[in-house]
Amino acid sequence: MPEGLAATHEHASHPALRHHLENMEQQREAGTLGMWVFLVTEIMFFGGMFLAYTLFRYEYPAAFVSASNHLDIKLGALTTGVLIVSSFTMAMAVYSTQIGRQKATIICLILTMILGATFLGVKAIEYHDKYNDQLIPGQLIPWRPFNPEVAKPGDTDPHKLHLIEGATTQNVQLFYWIYFAMTGMHALHMIIGLGIMTVILIMAWRGKFSPEYHAPVEISGLYWHFVDIIWIFLFPLLYLLGRHLEHGG
Amino acid sequence: MEEFVIPKQPGSNYLNAEYGLKSWLLTKDHKRIALLYLGAITFFFFIGSLYAMMIRLELLTPQGDLMQSSTYNKTFTQHGIVMVFFFLIPAIPATLGNFLIPMMIGAKDLAFPRINLLSWYIYMAGGIITIYALLAGGVDTGWTFYVPYSTTFSNSYVIATGVGIFINGFSSILTGLNFIVTIHTMRAPGMTWFRMPLFVWSHYATSLIMILGTPVVAITILLVALERLAHIGIFDPAAGGDPVLFQHLFWFYSHPAVYIMVLPAMGVVSELIANFSRKNIFGYKFVAFSSLAIAVLGFLVWGHHLFVASQSVYAGMIFSFLSFTVAIPSAVKVFNWTATLHKASISYDTPMLYGLGFIGLFTIGGLTGMFLATLAVDVHVSDTYFVVAHFHYIMVGGTLLAYLGGLRYWWPKISGRMYPEGWGRFSALVVFVGFNLTFAPQFLLGYMGMPRRYHTYPVELVSWQVLHVLSTAGASILGVGLMIPLIYLVWSMRYGRIAEANPWHLPGLEWQTPSPPPTENFLTTPIVTHEAYEFAPPEHKEVVGKFERQQPAES
Amino acid sequence: MQSWLPIPESASTLSGEVDALYYYIWGVTVFFTLLISAVVIFFVIRYRRRNPFEIPRPIEGSTKLETLWSVIPLLIVITFFAWGAKLYFAQYRPAQNAIEVYVVGKQWMWKFQHATGQREINELHVPVNRKVKLIMTTEGVIHDVFVPAFRIKADVVPGKYTTEWFEATKPGTYNFFCAEYCGMNHSGMRGYVVVMEPTEYENWLSGNAGQTSPAAAGRNLYESLGCVSCHGANAEGGRGPALLGVYGSKVVLNNNASVTADEGYLRESVLNPQAKLVTGFGPIMPSFQGQISEEQLLQVVAYIKSLSTSKPEQATAKPAPSATPSAGAKPSPTAKTSSSPK
Repeated sequence: MPEGLAATHEHASHPALRHHLENMEQQREAGTLGMWVFLVTEIMFFGGMFLAYTLFRYEYPAAFVSASNHLDIKLGALTTGVLIVSSFTMAMAVYSTQIGRQKATIICLILTMILGATFLGVKAIEYHDKYNDQLIPGQLIPWRPFNPEVAKPGDTDPHKLHLIEGATTQNVQLFYWIYFAMTGMHALHMIIGLGIMTVILIMAWRGKFSPEYHAPVEISGLYWHFVDIIWIFLFPLLYLLGRHLEHGG
Repeated sequence: MEEFVIPKQPGSNYLNAEYGLKSWLLTKDHKRIALLYLGAITFFFFIGSLYAMMIRLELLTPQGDLMQSSTYNKTFTQHGIVMVFFFLIPAIPATLGNFLIPMMIGAKDLAFPRINLLSWYIYMAGGIITIYALLAGGVDTGWTFYVPYSTTFSNSYVIATGVGIFINGFSSILTGLNFIVTIHTMRAPGMTWFRMPLFVWSHYATSLIMILGTPVVAITILLVALERLAHIGIFDPAAGGDPVLFQHLFWFYSHPAVYIMVLPAMGVVSELIANFSRKNIFGYKFVAFSSLAIAVLGFLVWGHHLFVASQSVYAGMIFSFLSFTVAIPSAVKVFNWTATLHKASISYDTPMLYGLGFIGLFTIGGLTGMFLATLAVDVHVSDTYFVVAHFHYIMVGGTLLAYLGGLRYWWPKISGRMYPEGWGRFSALVVFVGFNLTFAPQFLLGYMGMPRRYHTYPVELVSWQVLHVLSTAGASILGVGLMIPLIYLVWSMRYGRIAEANPWHLPGLEWQTPSPPPTENFLTTPIVTHEAYEFAPPEHKEVVGKFERQQPAES
Repeated sequence: MQSWLPIPESASTLSGEVDALYYYIWGVTVFFTLLISAVVIFFVIRYRRRNPFEIPRPIEGSTKLETLWSVIPLLIVITFFAWGAKLYFAQYRPAQNAIEVYVVGKQWMWKFQHATGQREINELHVPVNRKVKLIMTTEGVIHDVFVPAFRIKADVVPGKYTTEWFEATKPGTYNFFCAEYCGMNHSGMRGYVVVMEPTEYENWLSGNAGQTSPAAAGRNLYESLGCVSCHGANAEGGRGPALLGVYGSKVVLNNNASVTADEGYLRESVLNPQAKLVTGFGPIMPSFQGQISEEQLLQVVAYIKSLSTSKPEQATAKPAPSATPSAGAKPSPTAKTSSSPK
């Protein structure tokens, strides 16, 4: 049976320490673990969509290849590159905070946010292309329902849908449904990420962080890297798989 | 006589530390948040019970004479949705778990108090949207939302209800996240993993399911809502989709969700059995690990809901086998609780009566699950009243009984008052009798072929009506049994005898602080030097002496 | 006759064994429930608290006992599993030489069509001691055909064919129910299976004769939908593959995979012809999705099946032990044959 005994508060507590916690180390641990647990939840959240993707890709390989080939691989590669660089700048921001270089932290955070915004901008261009080609599935946009123009053999117009053998527009629609669900969810996470970065940037600007207290930067970094990693899976699955079958291979 | 272990009752406790509505609605104290949940959950339980009574009254006669088919369909759907998502899932974790986990491990609060409050607001937001959907016209898809009925054919408020449940899911996720982090990082000095009470272990396992399963059902229900809006066809075979995919995604969460409901109940019962027999749990580690085993295996058995849903025969066999393996850790718990009673010192206080009732009813509920895991028998009984009876034995006979028992057990700590013991024992008995009379006949109905979700049944089947009449009679008794505690607990908050800090004379950390506890739970951070449930062994006279200095509660 | 015992009538070749398994599990359930209750009650009385200060001696537990009560339940449930799985195989293995009945579920009625053309709604007439195979689909939501007296149940899922079979052993009238919630009148979506003596069944068939058989109706559709132009006037093939004898055969696809042409494959090839192209043929067939009702589709499938004498290969070659005609169920001459009450 525990005997009541005072735990000693040997050091003066840091101003950022919450009242219900014992020390900064415990606070950092709790925050980091909390973010990891949250990311596990996120994996399960995206997992449902990955399952749907796998199932329908298996069921309708031809339609998925046709639809995938219609995506702009150059823009896809560009966004992938942008995100990978942003992960690097994010890591640098965490490092700079840990060694107490406030200015470097701020610059890295701003770079990360610019790269994130670039990603979203390119994504918007891609979405607009799909809008023009009438590839937004179903009645999601009521005045522009899913109705892509199918290319005749020999026609190379990139705005038309090139169906390989065995593909139907209906199943292409399923691909785009999954494409928009997954990239849309991912973009939403990017937007939330930019919001978090804004808060962190303001905190860094005000000099809240120090080598003793940098957990918020680290934890936001975890989130940012996670969102990047999701994209690293989405890019090959949506853009690359089946590329070699282009033009009716 | 001087107090030996327990500090003096301080002037300020968590209930009277602050006053006013704002101090409650903006509180970050886990104990106050637990009470916010308690109020909300009681409200939803009341609504769900009203629907249950309407169902039972309608089934008294074979004809549909009380309400129309469409009303009946909404009634059972809303009974299921309210009870599952807004009562059973949060019942024990969000109230007792929220209140007790920090106290049991010697922490001042959960790791993220603001997220804890946020999760209550999310729960309320989801609840209000769902209530809006029910008032605006209701929903008639069954709580399972099977497609394509829910996406294409139903003319009810599926989207609004779906949004309510989707939002509510995040409240579960945040609660689970908070528990996991708290248990990992905030244990008091000396509180090792294997010194934690089994209540904490079972909540740890529950939290794992919450964070792993809830996101899947969230995305599934979101897909249903989007399908209804945009008609794209991910679940529609005419558009190349697959309706059975929905069932897989839905049950991937919703079967583990059963364990979200029952694992915390098992935690409560472990506490009741050990503490009211003044003995450590027989095979502590086996019971602790069986919670984790149930959480893990629970994710591998969802396919047993699809034995007749055109799943392949081989998939059926695999899921059947895996379903049987979940039975083992559950059986281990029952045997260990029983063995704990051996050579114990058993008191007959109300919480213990609920705990013993749980063992019996959970045994029946668990064993009748074997019929459903057995492929050939499940073909006959799936989607019948046999299934209804089985899961009510687990949900009501298990979860609800443990919840009521736990609420009685910790009531002195929560409210600082004792409940009336006589009324407590009486209502426990009424609940037990009423419950069995309600649901035992439904096993027979199910094997005779009465399908679930039936508004009417053939007039010529007299025996069906006899069983339905028995069931409705039982439900009335159960209803009375549940009203009594509602009245006497509210009464006791004002008029009950003032509770001591440790009215049951127990070693658990939550009892080593005043009742009700101060806002920071402990006057000083406890240091743990003993195992869980360590009542002093008789040969240690000086330790036994500790108990002799306190007056027993009932003298 | 509705018996007062809380069990449904047992009237198929499989129902007896399902009941036996059911009683076996009840036996185990009752035994363990009584055992645990008795032990709990004994302990609760024997070890009641006699003195408010007593502290019992702690007992840590015993790995031996834990192992024992993990292994014994495991062994018991393995018997449940094995018996249940064996019976499940018998229940779901496609029946050989069965009378085929096509079933279409609609909100909220059941339509049956016999291979000989007779149509019924919410009522199904079948002969005793003959296997009957239901080939089922639905026009909208999921339904389920559940006949308690035969202990069978199978979901009817849009977009595919599901099957179940039974062999009734006693003439009589039996309830069947829709067992998958399907909307407003779900509980009204029920009817009767009328099991008749063979001679009476023949009378019933001839009394309702003169209706076009599904295969003949399918032949008409084959012509009116223009299938002839590619598959040939006598289904001998042309620009499209020959359909003579295709049902039940192995079909080699253009990606060198091969499939067995069962009802599901025929269905898919009408609705989504590009999905599995036969090797050597181009993707020229249009989809008939939305242009043909489920009933018509079943008729076209019935026609194609009538072009073939062989049956699809079975995944499991061993004959079902329960499929032997039961000797105990000799038809009695006084059996009731009248149409259902109601």
